[in-house]
Amino acid sequence: MHLEIDQERCCAAGQCVLVADDLFDQRDEDGVVVLLDANPEGDAAARAAEAAALCPAAAITVVGS
Amino acid sequence: MTETTVAATATEAPLDYPMPRASGCPFDPPPQLARLREEAPFSRARIWDGTTAWLVTRYEDQRAILADDRFSANPLRPGFPMQSPGVAARRTNGKRLPFISMDDPEHNRVRRMFTSYFSVKRARALRPRLQEIIGDLLDGMEAAGPPVDLVSSFALPLPSLVIAEILGVPREDQPLFQRESRVLISMNSEIDDVLRAIDSLTDYLEGLLAAKERDPQDDLLSHVLADHVRSGATSREQLVQDAILLLIAGHETTTNMLALGTLALLRNPEQLAAVRDTEDPADIALAVEELLRYLTIVHTGRRRVALTDVEVSGQLIRAGEGVILPNDSANRDATVFDNPDSLDVTRQNARHHIAFGQGTHQCLGQNLARTELQLAYPALLRRFPTLRPAIEEDAIRYKHDAVVYGVYELPVAW
Repeated sequence: MHLEIDQERCCAAGQCVLVADDLFDQRDEDGVVVLLDANPEGDAAARAAEAAALCPAAAITVVGS
Repeated sequence: MTETTVAATATEAPLDYPMPRASGCPFDPPPQLARLREEAPFSRARIWDGTTAWLVTRYEDQRAILADDRFSANPLRPGFPMQSPGVAARRTNGKRLPFISMDDPEHNRVRRMFTSYFSVKRARALRPRLQEIIGDLLDGMEAAGPPVDLVSSFALPLPSLVIAEILGVPREDQPLFQRESRVLISMNSEIDDVLRAIDSLTDYLEGLLAAKERDPQDDLLSHVLADHVRSGATSREQLVQDAILLLIAGHETTTNMLALGTLALLRNPEQLAAVRDTEDPADIALAVEELLRYLTIVHTGRRRVALTDVEVSGQLIRAGEGVILPNDSANRDATVFDNPDSLDVTRQNARHHIAFGQGTHQCLGQNLARTELQLAYPALLRRFPTLRPAIEEDAIRYKHDAVVYGVYELPVAW
């Protein structure tokens, strides 16, 4: 799986960090998403998909599976 | 499907909104919403000022609209279905609108001045302080002895103290915010009272900001003044209104979740025991998401107005038409949540609820709220394992008349 994030769209709700804090973080200065792992596999891929589904701003895109 | 929808919509007269809950079902949304979700997911609703708007009751449609920037959150736009006369009056009082009433990209630009204070990391870092406050409040309840009003002794002071500390509002000034917040979230407040409450909060915050400019502290207001007002990225006038929003939101949401959530658990003893007895923080986290879903205390519908003609699930919504999105209905949608009307603290997909809204306006304080609730419910239930309501069900006063649902008081004993 490959992940892409859109920092412009991000509204810093933090939902991605709640479900996958090994894949996502929030910038200290404004809480905007930071991608820690763009190519999660296995269980991490499932959590990445959940993060993408929960993101209120649709700022996380799953590119490949 | 679409054909049925349009036919049902066309033949029905507008329903009055908000609707009453069924008597004896204080935790359930109005039964009419369940019927509409099945039969007419886009229906017409009439609100307090006699105007009509689309009432959109299904989960997927609400999510689509709330995430769609062709719908505006700006109440100054013609056709916006306003919550109450008090909200309408705020359009013309000369004050700036807080960022909750802005659209992107301006909305997100202003929102980001505050987001670092409400990140997951910040909320986690606050845990020791939250535990300290919770412990002190529970000590106070224990010392006072039963019966104690859970709202005034625990559910209100916890979030009130916490949001005040984050913003940098002195503890002794909190009664002012608690009082004015109540005026601002009541649907029945007189217009003059709403405007007076805003004037009172505005005056107070202007004074507080002036003090923080002279003598900055390590708090949100001092930092936003230094980082964003000084540079001209926002104005003091704007910051005052945004700070009022944060204070009200900080008071009225977690407070009601704590009190109403405790009551819901007391009415469901097996669920209560599961929350009280688990050692796993993941179980608590899931239980909190389920309580957020089940209770959806922001119960008078998120509001938007269409900026252009938009088709949603085959329904045309024309430019200038208002849209009301009762999230309490979406969170009981059986296509998303199995047995949606039961409280199940082990529900695996509970976090798909939209109790915090959806789209880029989704609750700024959600991680703070989650952390407060995750610590407060178990701490309360473990301190008082025999906790019970000290009031007859008939005597409980539910906040039917407020934008945020809850109970006015909840006497408890143990």
